[in-house]
Amino acid sequence: MKIVLVSLFSGFIFGIGLIISGMSNPARVLNFLDLSARWDPTLALVMGGAIAVTMPSFYWIRKRNKPLFADKFEIPSNNNIDRKLVIGACIFGIGWGIAGLCPGPSIVAITTLQPEVLLFVFSMLLGILAQHGLHVKTDV
Amino acid sequence: MQTWTSTPFEPWLGLTGGILIGLAVVMLLLTTGRIAGISGICAGAITKPGFERYWRLAFVLGLVISSIFYSLFKGPLPVQTQVDSIWMIIAGFLVGFGTRLGSGCTSGHGVAGIARLSRRSMVATLVFIGSAVIITNIIRHT
Repeated sequence: MKIVLVSLFSGFIFGIGLIISGMSNPARVLNFLDLSARWDPTLALVMGGAIAVTMPSFYWIRKRNKPLFADKFEIPSNNNIDRKLVIGACIFGIGWGIAGLCPGPSIVAITTLQPEVLLFVFSMLLGILAQHGLHVKTDV
Repeated sequence: MQTWTSTPFEPWLGLTGGILIGLAVVMLLLTTGRIAGISGICAGAITKPGFERYWRLAFVLGLVISSIFYSLFKGPLPVQTQVDSIWMIIAGFLVGFGTRLGSGCTSGHGVAGIARLSRRSMVATLVFIGSAVIITNIIRHT
């Protein structure tokens, strides 16, 4: 129960961060990715600010044996740079570069009820399920 | 097919928002031992059973509540989409499929992965920012 509550709160803070920084606005994201005269570098500070907090904290947290409310850390151990990683990241980047939305901001933007956003999220869930289906069947 | 809304450079809002995102990620790792990767959380919220689904659904619900909370005090969220519905549908599918094939998105690889110095995440982040920059510039400038 504690884990569910803390997840809810973490999602809330995460969402406020996305909104304040403007990550939830596709116009801002695309103006970062578009390197023309109207370049908006705000997004670099969002990532920079987040990493400035997470990097030293992670170093400190990982010295602990276990997290506060659970038995163990669940951190990916895979260290292989394989085709799936690179192709997947490339496909994700293409989608991100077209719409200016990635998963977190798209969920936050749902509440505007804009049809474009709702279609994006619905289609994203289909994409997740499609990959999940392929993964279960063939381990692609 | 596309509109082009300019946005001002807002360094302090960007930095403040980024710090909040970082704090949320740290909170989740310290208390639950989990990495706050949103694409993985969305996927698990619809594919995993039982408790593994519940905490992910709670996180997603937190995201939605943050948005409602913000709009209660500050008015509607500035969400200015720039391309037609058909492109949003295509992009959504690519984002869903690509993030799962590549095991992460801007949060899982870009923030959490880089923070724990994961080589996989550094490569993934360079690749998705690279492909996004290329596609955006092709769409806008050709």
